[in-house]
Amino acid sequence: MRAALLCRLLLYSILAGSLNITNGYSGQTSLGHAAFYCVGAYTVAILTAKCGWSFWLALPLSAVGAILLAVLVSIPTVKLKGIYFSIVTLGMSEIVRIIALNWNSLTGGSLGIKNIPRPRLFGLVFDHPLKFYYLFLIVSVLFLFVSYRVIHSRIGNAWMSIRENELAARSLGIRTRIYKMGNFAYGALWAGLAGGIYAAYMQYIDSAVFSLEEGFNILSMVIIGGQGTLIGPLIGDLAVNGLTELLRSIGEWRFVMYGILIIVMMWFRPQGLAGASDSILAGKKIMKRRTVTEKKKE
Amino acid sequence: MGEILRTEGVCKYFGGLKAVDDVSMSIQSGDIFGIIGPNGAGKTTFFNVCSGFYKPTKGKVWFDGQDISDKNPEQIAAMGLARTFQATQLFQYMTVLDNVKIGCHMHMKSGFMDAVFHTGTYKADEEYAEHSAYDALKRAGLEEYALHKAGNLSYGIQRKVEIVRSLVTEPKLLLLDEPAAGMNRMETDSLREFLEMLNKEGQTIALIEHDMRFVMGCCHKILVLNFGKRICEGPPSVVIADEEVQRAYFGSGKIGGKASA
Repeated sequence: MRAALLCRLLLYSILAGSLNITNGYSGQTSLGHAAFYCVGAYTVAILTAKCGWSFWLALPLSAVGAILLAVLVSIPTVKLKGIYFSIVTLGMSEIVRIIALNWNSLTGGSLGIKNIPRPRLFGLVFDHPLKFYYLFLIVSVLFLFVSYRVIHSRIGNAWMSIRENELAARSLGIRTRIYKMGNFAYGALWAGLAGGIYAAYMQYIDSAVFSLEEGFNILSMVIIGGQGTLIGPLIGDLAVNGLTELLRSIGEWRFVMYGILIIVMMWFRPQGLAGASDSILAGKKIMKRRTVTEKKKE
Repeated sequence: MGEILRTEGVCKYFGGLKAVDDVSMSIQSGDIFGIIGPNGAGKTTFFNVCSGFYKPTKGKVWFDGQDISDKNPEQIAAMGLARTFQATQLFQYMTVLDNVKIGCHMHMKSGFMDAVFHTGTYKADEEYAEHSAYDALKRAGLEEYALHKAGNLSYGIQRKVEIVRSLVTEPKLLLLDEPAAGMNRMETDSLREFLEMLNKEGQTIALIEHDMRFVMGCCHKILVLNFGKRICEGPPSVVIADEEVQRAYFGSGKIGGKASA
């Protein structure tokens, strides 16, 4: 039981973390992260359960599948700004789910895909959540490590410059379209991987898991925990999953709680609990407050 | 000394409004080139066309021997044309140093793998950015602000930071949109000295400016626009004596055509 909870925490640390790369670092607000999660999960499910592939060969392809979807969606949307981009990603999420629901021959339709084989590695069978816990942990740590390095490089700086001021970024010769596309695809990559492991972990998937609701669940972790920092989504992950466990007794009412929490957060701390307070995400309020206190000190 | 930027019959229409109408001009490298004109004359629109933020409705723009009329701002920037904006466009929440470092983006080479594995290319890039950003700030006398948040600085300093940020792209031509706007006399003078120093080192500069003293003092050649049309081009002495320019600025009253300003 405890291992299962840890698996869930780690799964969402990858999902929320990768969404934060898009929303928090490049400033493109994606609402359709569940689509990449879905593509990753179905890739592994189809390749291992239906085609008999090894999990370890299928897993990289789940990332490739998610990247392809991201690039495909990016081509027409990379020119769109703000809310328009968000609406397209919202549509993308639903389209992917509906395809998964209706393409019976490939995805098993509403029945989903059952009996996804357990991964094996040199005689080690992943038949217990604890073993998956280590797999999730490795991917989660790898995600944090790679992302940390990318963000503290020319690429991450280009992403953040787009978030802060796209006009200025273009005037400095930063190819904003390519960077936005790359950013979206990079976020998709990790969501695809997370989905791939999830499929093998659950041994059964169906399209209902990858609903918009799930997308918003991931988004709420990013918003509550904080955008634009690597630690933010981890805190959001702990907060939302922790609350889910604690408030199990009040049932569906807990979603009302999340709603209120998000509104309060947007009001008082738009960048989230541990978000980047030195960014445009924090809004003008923070800047003014800081200027005043600095002046007082002087 | 060749020609760095040339426009041929450039027009930019917004519906029925002819913001820029048939403007031809050329900027020689090594010059400080001024563009003046009353409010709404189309100066900024003209700049936006030259730097690719607007596509010309008609006409062609040549930069460094290449037709750039259809190119994106980022492509044009990569060819060596840097610009600043009328309303400063800094990364307000970043430090001054980080702002300038992002200006070095084009001259850095590291890719995804370099960043993940911290290869030699990555390290060389980081060193390059740090070094040239500090260097550029020092030359502009801004090193004391390096670690300040750009948005917290005074307006005049923000403008200067923006210029420094575009300078680290090592441009062949620097376009400045009203660099002295909102500056007091002292700040303006120090800006002028700074620009003249850059120019002596071989930097070609084109600027839009309202401060006549500033323009007449430092520009080698001036283009005057009015209602989107070119009305005069030449050295300051010619421009100041031009009748049409005087009419555009002071109006042509019926009292013997004498300017009352």
